[in-house]
Amino acid sequence: MSADLFQITVDGVAVVVPRGVSVAAALMNAGLPLRESVRGEPRAALCGMGICHECRLTIDGRAHRRACMHAVAPGMVVSRDG
Amino acid sequence: MTRGSPTAIVIGAGIVGAACAAALAEKGVRVTVIEKNFAGSGTTAAGMGHLVAMDDSPAQLALTARSLELWRELAPVLGRDAELETTGTLWIAEDELQLAALREKRETYAQAGVAAEVLDARQLREAEPNLRDGLPGALWVAGDAVLYPPLAAVALLDNARRLRARMIHGEVTAIEAHTVWCGRERFTADFVVRATGADAGQLAPLLPLVPRKGHLAITDRHPGFCRHQIVETGYLTSAHVMTSESVAFNVQPRRTGQVLIGSSRELVGHDARINREILSRMLARAVEFMPPLASLSVIRTWTGFRPATADKLPLIGWWPEIPGLLIAAGHEGLGITTSTATAEIIAALVTGDSPRIDPAPFAPSRRMAA
Amino acid sequence: MADASRFDVVVVGAGPAGLTAAFSAARRTSSVAIVDQAEHVGGQIWRRDVSEGYPRNKRWLVDAVGERATFIGGATVVDATTTGGRHELLLEKAGRSFRVQTGTLILATGARELFLPFHGWTLPGVVGVGGLQALMKSGLDVRGKRIVISGTGPLLVAVAATAVKRGADVTAVVEQASWGSMMGFGLQLAARPLTALEALTHLQQLGAGVLKIGWWVTEAVGTNSVERVVVSDGESRVSVDCDILCTGFGLVPNTELARRLGCAVGPRGVEVDGRQRTTIPGIFAAGEATGIAGVDSAMKEGTMAGIIATTDSSGHAVSHRPRSSSWERILERTFTLRPEVVALARPDTIVCRCEDVRLGDIDPAWSARQAKLYARAGMGACQGRVCGAALQRIFGWSTDSVRPPLQPTTVSSLLGAS
Repeated sequence: MSADLFQITVDGVAVVVPRGVSVAAALMNAGLPLRESVRGEPRAALCGMGICHECRLTIDGRAHRRACMHAVAPGMVVSRDG
Repeated sequence: MTRGSPTAIVIGAGIVGAACAAALAEKGVRVTVIEKNFAGSGTTAAGMGHLVAMDDSPAQLALTARSLELWRELAPVLGRDAELETTGTLWIAEDELQLAALREKRETYAQAGVAAEVLDARQLREAEPNLRDGLPGALWVAGDAVLYPPLAAVALLDNARRLRARMIHGEVTAIEAHTVWCGRERFTADFVVRATGADAGQLAPLLPLVPRKGHLAITDRHPGFCRHQIVETGYLTSAHVMTSESVAFNVQPRRTGQVLIGSSRELVGHDARINREILSRMLARAVEFMPPLASLSVIRTWTGFRPATADKLPLIGWWPEIPGLLIAAGHEGLGITTSTATAEIIAALVTGDSPRIDPAPFAPSRRMAA
Repeated sequence: MADASRFDVVVVGAGPAGLTAAFSAARRTSSVAIVDQAEHVGGQIWRRDVSEGYPRNKRWLVDAVGERATFIGGATVVDATTTGGRHELLLEKAGRSFRVQTGTLILATGARELFLPFHGWTLPGVVGVGGLQALMKSGLDVRGKRIVISGTGPLLVAVAATAVKRGADVTAVVEQASWGSMMGFGLQLAARPLTALEALTHLQQLGAGVLKIGWWVTEAVGTNSVERVVVSDGESRVSVDCDILCTGFGLVPNTELARRLGCAVGPRGVEVDGRQRTTIPGIFAAGEATGIAGVDSAMKEGTMAGIIATTDSSGHAVSHRPRSSSWERILERTFTLRPEVVALARPDTIVCRCEDVRLGDIDPAWSARQAKLYARAGMGACQGRVCGAALQRIFGWSTDSVRPPLQPTTVSSLLGAS
C-alpha cells in the first residue's frame, strides 16, 4: 500500500482510505451510511460543513464527533452510533 | 350563584393548574383554564420532572408521598409522550455520617409508607457503575419516577377536557370575588384557583414567593450511562437553605438516552441568563460524583425559576380576603411531584370533602418568617 | 495549552471575510489570531482541496495570514462573553477547552445553506449544494456519479461546473427561480463583466438541456440511498435517475455567536454600520454573516473591519448600514423562494432530522418554542440550525434566544467556563 493509502476500521471492518480525506467522504465513497436516525433510518452527511450533525459517529472512542470535520488517520477506529 | 354543577376557573396551565383542572373535572366541576402562553410553558418546562419523596418536613413528606401514590394511579392515562419511567432515586452518601443520616431517612420514609432500602458500597457500584469509587452507600427509593413535565401537563389537561373542561388563551389581569378579568373580558365562576407558578407578573393578590433560579444541562444520547435519578445527600441542604447560592449533584436518565444534569439554586430575581460560573460549579460537582460524565456531549443548557416560600411549603388552600379564591402555588422544586396531591386538596376544598392529608401546613393565610 | 491567551485582535471564521480581516489587521499589529472550527483556513468557498490545495489565486493570502497571524484551527467556539470592552471566547479543540481574550473581536462566521424539507430528502446521497462542494474538496469521489443539483441561487451552476470537472455526470441543474427572474439576473450580469464571465464559464461545463429553469425537485426516491428524483414545474413531472441529489435554497447567515454576545441582529444578518461595527463596542462583523452578498463584498468588508479594528476600535454602531448592497438585493430578488418549494413537505416528511420530527407532528398554531417542547423539533444536536430556518419559512416563526454551548461540547469543556 502506498504511503497515501492506509486502513481505518469502521464497525470492526477494515476500509482502505486515501490520506487527507474526511471520515464522512471516506464512508460515503465506500457506500456506507454514517448513522442511524432516531427512527432507525440510514443517514449520511448533508451539509458537509459541521452544521447539520447528520454525520455524527464515534471516532477513537469519543462519541458524537462530526465525521465531515475530521480527516482520516492511520489506525483510526470508527464506530457508528446506534 | 350556582346552578347545576359548580364552576371553577383555573389560572395557569402549568403542571399544577393542569392537575387541578383534572381533579376538579373528575369531581364534576365545570372548569375553565386560562393560560397566557401555552400549557406547561413556564416553570413546568424548565424542571427535571423528578417525582420524588422528600422529607424536609413531615408535611412535605406527607404531600410528596401522597402525590407519588396519585401519580401511580394516573400512570395508565398519561400516555407515552409524558415519558413516565419508574427509575427510582438513589440518594448518595459521601461518607459514613451521611450514610447514617440516610438510614434514619429510611425509617422516616417507612413510617410515611415510602419503601426504601439502604445499599452498601458494592450494591451501589452494581446499580450505577459510573459513580466514583469510595462512596459508602446510598438510599434507594424504588418508587420514585421521572416524567416529561410539559406533555404530562398536556395529558392532564386532555383528561380534564374529556370531562368538559375548556382552555382559553388569555392573560388574567385582575382577580375579584368569583371573578377574573382578562383586560376588559370578565369571567365568573364559583371558584377561582390561582396556579400561576413563578410568574413575574403583578397580578394581585401578590403572593409571598421568591423565584429560586436553577440551571440544567442536557446531553446528547448516551444510552445506558445511568439508570436511576441520582442525587447527592447534600441536595437537601441546598434546597433547605434559602439564602445563599448553591449547587448539588443531581442527574437523570431520560428515555431518549440523554442525561439531564442539575442542580443549582440562587436568588437573582428573574434574570434568566445562564451564569457560567454557577453552570461550571454545577457540572464540576456532577463530575466529582460521576467522572465519566466529563466526556459526555452537552447540547443545551437552560434556566428556570422555582417559586419558593419562606418556610419551604407550598400555598394550597383558601385565600381569606377574596371569596372563592384558592391558591395552588409556591412549590419550589417539588411542583411536578406534588401537583397531584395539591390538586386533590384543592378539589376536596372546593367540593367540601375532607382532604386525604391535612391541608393546615399549606394554608395560604399562615404566618411565615419574613 | 495556556489557560487563556490574549491577542490584540481575534477573528472568528477563516473564510474570505475572516482572512482579509486578519490580513489587514496584521498590517498594524502582530497580535492577531484567527479561529476556525475547520482544520484549515478557507471557509467554504476557498476550502482547501484534499488533492489540489487552495484556489491558486488565493494562496498568497493564505500564506500571508499564516505568517502574520496565529491560526487556531479545529477549534469550535463553545461560548463567548463580553464585559466592559473585554471579549472572551471559550474554545474546544481535540477534546480540550481553552479561552482566548481580546479587546477587538471580528466576527466573520459566514453563512450556511438553507434546506427546505421534501419527501425523501433524508436519504443518504442527498447533500447540500455547498455541501457537495465541501464534500468533494474533502475527498468525496464523484467520478461517474449521476448528480442532480437543485434548489436556487448562483451556487447551483458553480458547484455543477466543479462536479463536472471532477468527472461527475451532472444530468440536471434544477433552478426554481422563474425565467423572468433569471433573465433579469442575466441583464444585471451584463453590467458586471467579471461575474458574468464566471457564470458563463460554469455554464459552458454543462451540457445542453442540463439547466432547467423554473423547475424544482418534489421528491427523492430510493431504498437505502437516493436512486431517482421527481422534478416538476408546477404542471409536468419528470423522473430523473441519480446517485447524488444536491439541494440548497440559498444561504442563511450564521449569527449565533453574534447573538450570544448581545450584538443586534436583523432579518439580513448581524447589524453593522458602514465601518463594520456591531452594536457592541469592540466587536466587528464582516462578510456573509452580515448579509448574503457574495465573496467580493465579503473581502471588502473583511478588509474594512481589519482596518477599522486596528485604527479606531472605539465606538460602536448607532445605526446599521442604511441599505444593503445592490448585489445583495439582486440576489434576493432573483432567487426568491416560490411558495411551492416552501410547501413541499408532506405530513410524513421529516422536518427535524436530528429528532425525526415529521411535519404532521407539528401543529401550525404552535410557536417555535412550543414545537420544541411538544414535538422535540430543534432539540437535537444541530441545535435547530437546519430545521429552524426551514420551519421559520414554513410557519413564520421567529428565532429563540441563544445559550451556551454554541455547538455541542463535552462537559469537561464547559467546565473551563468561569
